[in-house]
Amino acid sequence: MTEAETSRPDPVTPVLTKRWLSPNSWRLSTYEQLEGYTALRKALSGTPEQLVALVKESGLRGRGGAGFPAGVKWSFMPPNEDKPHYLVINADEGEPGTCKDIPLMMADPHSLIEGCIIAAYAMRSHHCFIYVRGEVPHCIRRLNAAVREAEAAGYLGTNILDSGFDLKITVHAGAGAYICGEETALLDSLEGRRGQPRLKPPFPAAAGLYAAPTTVNNVETIASVPFIVNGGSDWFRKMGSERSPGPKIFSISGHVERPGQYEAPLGTTLRELLELAGGMKDGIPLKFWTPGGSSTPLFTAEHLDVPLDFEGAAEAGSMLGTTAVMVFNETVSVPWAVMKWTEFYEHESCGKCTPCREGTYWLAGILQRMVDGRGTESDIETLLDICDNVLGRSFCALGDGAVSPITSGIKYFRDEFLALCDKNKAAPATPALAGAH
Amino acid sequence: MTEFNQPPNEPLTTGKSYGGSNIGAGETHVEAGPDVDVVAASAISAEETERLVTETTPDLSVFGPDVVAKAAEQMARYPESRSALLPMLHLVQSVEGYVSQAGIQFCAEQLGLSNAEVSAVATFYTMYKRKPCGEHLVSVCTNTLCAVLGGDAIYQRLQQHLGEGGQPLKHEDTSGTPGEPGSITLEHAECLAACDLGPVLQVNYEYYDNQTPESAVELVDALRRGEKPAPTRGAPLTSLRDVELQLAGFFPEDEATYRSHVDGPSAAVETLRGAQLAADRGWTAPTMPEKAPELPEVEKK
Repeated sequence: MTEAETSRPDPVTPVLTKRWLSPNSWRLSTYEQLEGYTALRKALSGTPEQLVALVKESGLRGRGGAGFPAGVKWSFMPPNEDKPHYLVINADEGEPGTCKDIPLMMADPHSLIEGCIIAAYAMRSHHCFIYVRGEVPHCIRRLNAAVREAEAAGYLGTNILDSGFDLKITVHAGAGAYICGEETALLDSLEGRRGQPRLKPPFPAAAGLYAAPTTVNNVETIASVPFIVNGGSDWFRKMGSERSPGPKIFSISGHVERPGQYEAPLGTTLRELLELAGGMKDGIPLKFWTPGGSSTPLFTAEHLDVPLDFEGAAEAGSMLGTTAVMVFNETVSVPWAVMKWTEFYEHESCGKCTPCREGTYWLAGILQRMVDGRGTESDIETLLDICDNVLGRSFCALGDGAVSPITSGIKYFRDEFLALCDKNKAAPATPALAGAH
Repeated sequence: MTEFNQPPNEPLTTGKSYGGSNIGAGETHVEAGPDVDVVAASAISAEETERLVTETTPDLSVFGPDVVAKAAEQMARYPESRSALLPMLHLVQSVEGYVSQAGIQFCAEQLGLSNAEVSAVATFYTMYKRKPCGEHLVSVCTNTLCAVLGGDAIYQRLQQHLGEGGQPLKHEDTSGTPGEPGSITLEHAECLAACDLGPVLQVNYEYYDNQTPESAVELVDALRRGEKPAPTRGAPLTSLRDVELQLAGFFPEDEATYRSHVDGPSAAVETLRGAQLAADRGWTAPTMPEKAPELPEVEKK
């Protein structure tokens, strides 16, 4: 390899976000001018097995939070077609802090549609559903318009581009339930039921939508596929690390000068991201942040140099999640922030399993009492005890996510929780932090 | 009762104060034989009790042949008709402005489900409103990040501003007469997935980004005057019912209107920041090979 090939990629590597700058980027005419639907032709010239192998080789990992290797997931689909196969796109973006899929679907819906066609072909599916959260009608409009355009141009429907492959895409609006981002709850919801998670196994590849083989993939994952087909796995691996390759949309929000969507190689650190985003707003120092949404344990200024890939975030005690980087400065009270998140989980707990339903209820109540200045030191132990009874004992990952802010908040900022209890004894002295009154 | 060692006529007090809960406090039931006056014995208001104990047959006439045809179209989109339930609840909400008991029964009849099965679904999802809503629904994100940036202040300010007689408007309550022009239902919402643009609010689910309490008050005042201020991102503002029809999967049939909705703005400065920064600095992703590489060889099974 030459030196140029081994050198680090640029700090920002627009792949998924590159077309967003073009006028009317959501239209088919724009998409086709910018290499759109060339990957589909390439893909349809190969076999489904070749595409699964390509995605495996690329090392693409799920962008919805869990990071499961996409090609491996695809390979779980049975080779026969005894039952219909379904591809379901999880566009129920709702993890607090996460705001990458919605701009992607608004700005470049055809990249998702093209990815869906390739993925459906690879998994022998002839009906794909895009489950979009209901609160984003503008995404739903753009997706519907893109499906119409793709149908009219022969990219969807029967005998796509004379390949003999048929595919129908149905855009489906949800109705406001965070839990439907959990893949089996999403399937129940798509079947017209309350969105409550299912016991696994059987996994969706064995018995998913209508008990038929189903793969559920995140928007960003599937939108990456056309680029992998066109660029190849070696190109994709020029960004990111060995086990976490590729570019990733980092959504930077909160107390920074220039919040926004920054697509950078996996493994980029917060220090580097802050530099891109113009640093901390008004120079007020960083206090805590999430690497990938509120369900990923908090980080602090100690973690500025943690490489933000799946391994790096996990080794440092958190998770990469959705790379929703929420940045909070010194003015924010940790117990208050944790209480607000816990109220969210309490509201969104689906009620199916006891640890999560009851746990989030009591956790929120205790945190509200503490923030209200009526807590005692023993409340901290009670919180941790309840967290211990929710983590790993809930039906799905919502319960695990719900305890992340609490346990990490207490781990790094126990003094702040203690200080709230002190207030109960002594007369209030110094001004409280934002929200902590 | 004796096995609980509870003094007679004393309410149970378990859990009365823990975590602010009242669970277990007070009497929970009254035995009602045929000779008991349930209205007098009821712990809730006479009006509400009357409503609960009176059997009614909902009037479904509001769901005309056009709505039945739309419901049929929804069912045809799915391999199994029940999948059309969520879109169908959006459809009935577009007709009535909320999901009424009649709306529940309509869906049940179309799908061959019981009213209870449909109610179970309708009550699970926050977007289905169980009482009549205003012409507009204003949703303020009060999840942690937006709250820190001012979302809580915006919500409280709107509660005060839209409230009457010094009483703040409560979550999901309506200012004005529901369904009348200029009426507004207010709610606090969970994360609306626009965190880089926080604090955000939505009117009929169209985005109004980077809000302040002052801009939010101006916005709702304009809505009350019958104006339709353009969203930062989204289609030209219509009404909650119109948007519900789109969520049900029915878009404007007139081409010009349809185009104007699809082409409504979406590219906020924040959305494009990374891509723009790269363009300005000349940063790019590694160059792709000139010709797409061959797909990997796999052994034939």
